Amino acid sequence: MRGIGKRFPGVVALDGVNLEVGKGEVVALCGENGAGKSTLMKILGGVYQPDDGEILVDGQAVKINNVVDAMKLGIAFIHQELNVLDNLDVAANVFLGREPVIGPFKLINRKKIHADTEPLLKRLGLDVSSRTRLDQLSLAQQQMVEIAKALSLNARIIIMDEPTSSLTLSETDRLLKLVGELSEQGVSVVYISHRLAEVDHCADRVVVLRDGKNAGGLNRSEISHDRIVSLMVGREIKSAYTGSSATKTPAYFKVRNCKSSRYPGNSVSFDATRGEILGFAGLVGAGRSEIAKAIVGLDADGGAEVAIAGHTVKINSSREAIDHGIYLVPEDRRGEGLVTSMTVRENITLPSLKSFASLFMISRDRERKVANEQIISLQVKTPGCETRVLNLSGGNQQKVVLGKWLSMSPKVMILDEPTRGIDVGAKAEIYRLMRELADNGAVILMISSDMEEVLNVSDRVAVMHEGQITGVLERADCKEENIMQLAVGKTIAAAKAAFSN
Amino acid sequence: MKKELGILTLLLVLCGVTAAINPQFLSAANLTNLANSIGLFGVFSLGLGLVIITGGIDLSVGSVFALAGVLLAMALTEWHWPWPLAALAAIAIPTILGLANGLLITRLKIQPFVATLCGLLLYRGLARFIAGDNTKGFGGAEGFQTFQTLSKGRLFGVPMPFVLMTIIAIIMWFVLHRSIYGRYLFAVGRNEESTRFSGINTRSVIASSYVIAGMLTGIAGILFAFYTNSISPSTHGSFYELYGVAAAVLGGCSLRGGEGSVIGILIGTALFQVLQNAVNLLDIPSSLNFTVMGAVVLIGVLSDQFFQERAKKKLARH
Repeated sequence: MRGIGKRFPGVVALDGVNLEVGKGEVVALCGENGAGKSTLMKILGGVYQPDDGEILVDGQAVKINNVVDAMKLGIAFIHQELNVLDNLDVAANVFLGREPVIGPFKLINRKKIHADTEPLLKRLGLDVSSRTRLDQLSLAQQQMVEIAKALSLNARIIIMDEPTSSLTLSETDRLLKLVGELSEQGVSVVYISHRLAEVDHCADRVVVLRDGKNAGGLNRSEISHDRIVSLMVGREIKSAYTGSSATKTPAYFKVRNCKSSRYPGNSVSFDATRGEILGFAGLVGAGRSEIAKAIVGLDADGGAEVAIAGHTVKINSSREAIDHGIYLVPEDRRGEGLVTSMTVRENITLPSLKSFASLFMISRDRERKVANEQIISLQVKTPGCETRVLNLSGGNQQKVVLGKWLSMSPKVMILDEPTRGIDVGAKAEIYRLMRELADNGAVILMISSDMEEVLNVSDRVAVMHEGQITGVLERADCKEENIMQLAVGKTIAAAKAAFSN
Repeated sequence: MKKELGILTLLLVLCGVTAAINPQFLSAANLTNLANSIGLFGVFSLGLGLVIITGGIDLSVGSVFALAGVLLAMALTEWHWPWPLAALAAIAIPTILGLANGLLITRLKIQPFVATLCGLLLYRGLARFIAGDNTKGFGGAEGFQTFQTLSKGRLFGVPMPFVLMTIIAIIMWFVLHRSIYGRYLFAVGRNEESTRFSGINTRSVIASSYVIAGMLTGIAGILFAFYTNSISPSTHGSFYELYGVAAAVLGGCSLRGGEGSVIGILIGTALFQVLQNAVNLLDIPSSLNFTVMGAVVLIGVLSDQFFQERAKKKLARH
C-alpha cells in the first residue's frame, strides 16, 4: 500500500501511509487508539475506498471496490467482532454464499460441503466436526472457523484485528502458534494488537502508525516493548490543561474491589478526590466501561464496595447508585443514555420522575421548568423541550444526557467517552461543564480513549490494562509516554524507569 | 394525536356509509347494542394495549375468558359461593395468571409470544377439563340478578359494559398519559436499556403491565360470561385476544413497543365493532366477517405507513 490517504468529514484519518507485506510475513500493526490502524485495514479489506494512494498486489496496481474484490485478491479480514452465524454449522459458515449445489433444484450438496470443510479444520488443528453448530464452540474456535473460511477462499493475506481480545491465555497461545504455521504455509498475516507481548512473540516486523501517518517500523531483531511505545507516542498535543483552585477533598469517593463480569478474576480499587476530574485512560478493551457499569450497579455479576465522604454505601442496582448521587453518562448515547423517541423533557426527567409527581401524577409544568433550565444552562440547541431527542445532533443529544443528571445535583459523575462523535465546539462546552461541576464539589470520573482529551482535561489519570489499574498518575506525571507504558501493562515503577532514561 | 385522527376519520366514514345504506344503523336498538359490544371488547383491549406498549403481547386472553367463565359458572351454580366471593375469584385468577406471564417473561426471559401462547393452550385445555367439556350456564344461581344488572343493565339508557369501559378508560388515561408508571411503560417499550440506566426497575414495570392486563381480562371475563349467559369451554372467547391486538394496532400501538394511546385503542375497538355491525346490516355474508376485518386492518396499517413515510420525507426536506 503506497501513500494511502483517507479523510472523513472533519478529520484526516490517514495521510500518506505506506505498508508492505511480504509473502508469508507476519506484520504487526501498532498504534494508539485512533492512530488509523483499523481504517488502513478496512481500505485493504475493501470496506473503505482510499482518497489517495494505490494498492499493489504482486506488483500489480489493483482497485478494491468492495469486500468481494478483496476476497478475489486473496485478502481476508477477520474482524474483532466475529462475523459468524452461530445458528448454523461449521461447514455452512465456511461456505456461506458459495455453497456447492447438486441436482436440478440446486439443493446444497451436503456431502461435498462437509468433505471440503474437514481438511480445512484439520489444517488449522481445530478438532471439531464440520457439523457442529457455531454456538456450541468457544469464541476461539469460532475465530478458527473464520480463519478456515479465509483459507477456503485461498486467502494470501489474512488481516486480524485484535484477534486475542476475547481469548483466554491458552487460546491466545494456540492462535499465535497458528499464525506461525500460516506464515510457514506462505500466508501473510497483518496482525493488529494492543498486546505488545503477543507482537513480540509472533511478528516478523512491526509497523507503527501515529496520527494517521507512518511513525516507523521495526525489524524482528529490533522489536522491544520500549521501542514500540516510543514510536506510538510523540504526537503533538497542544497543552490546554487548566487546573482549578477550587477546594479539593482527597479520598472523598472510594471504590474497593470493583469486579466486572468481563474480567472476573481482576478487581479494581481507587480513591477519587472531591473537586477533581480523574481521567481513566487505557487501550480499547481494558475494561474501563465495565468498571463504570459495575460501580453504578449495572453489572449483575460485578459490583464494588463504595464509600462517599467516609460513609459506606450499598449499591446493588442502578436505582441505589442514583439515590446516592452517583450517575453514569454511558458510552452508547442512543442505546443506553437516551430514549430517543421521547422528548427532551421526558428524557431529562426520566431518572427523577418521582420528584415531579404528586399522587403519582406527573406535573408537566414542573417538568418543563426543569427541562428548560437545563436547556438554557447547557445551551442545548433544540426548538424546545417538546422536541424528540432523535431530531437533535450528537452534541446536543449528549447535552440532554448530561442535563438529566445535572438536574439532580451529582456527587459522583462518571462520563464514559463523553465527547465521542461530537464536534469541536460542543466538546469545549462539555469540558467546561465538567470543570464547573468539579469546582462545585463533585467527583468526575472521565473514561476516554482520546489521549488529547485525557491529558488536557484530567487532574489525575488512572490507567487500566486488562481489567486492572496499572497506575494512577499525578498531574506532573501525566505524560503520554507514561500513560502508554501503563496502558500496555507495565507497572508504574517499570514505566517510570523506562522513561527516566 | 395525528395517528388517532386518521383512524377516527376511518371510523366516521364507515359509520356514515353504513348509515347511508341502511338507516337501521342509527336506530336506538342498534346503537345500544353497538355500545354494549364496544364496552365488552374495550375493557380488555385497554389492558392488552398496555402490554403492547411495553413491546410485549398477550395471546392467552381468550382462553382466560373460558377458564374464568367456567369457574365462575361452577362457583355460582354448583359450589354455591356467595356472589361477591365468586366475582373476586373471577378477577383474581386472571390477575394471578397475568403475574405468571409477567414473571415468565421478565425473570425467566421467555419471549412474550411464546409464554402467552403456552397460556392460550394451557388455559383452554384446563377450562374444558374442569367443565368436563360441558357447556356451563348460570340458570337461576344466587347473585345472578346482581351480575345481570352489572353486565346487561343500563345506566340512563347506556349499557353497563360501556359505562364500565368509560370509567376504566378514564383511569387508564391518567395511568398511561399522566402517571410516572405510564411514562416508564413507554420508556421501557422503546429502549429498555436506557430506562434501566436511568435507575428504573424495568422488569417490574414490564411484569406489572401483564398483571393489569390480567385484571382487566378478569373484569371483561365476567361481563362476557353474563353476556353469553352460558360458557361452552371449547369456543368461549376464542380469538378475542386477536381482536384486542388488532384494535390496539389499528389505534396506533406499535408491536415494537413504546407507542400507543388510550384514545387510539378505544377508537380501534369501536372500528372493529362497527365493522362487524356493518357486515350484518349491509347484507354482506357473515362468513366473510373475518375477511372484511383482515382487509380493514391491512388497509389501516398500510395507510398509516404511507402517511408516516411521507411525513418523514417532508421532515428530511426541511
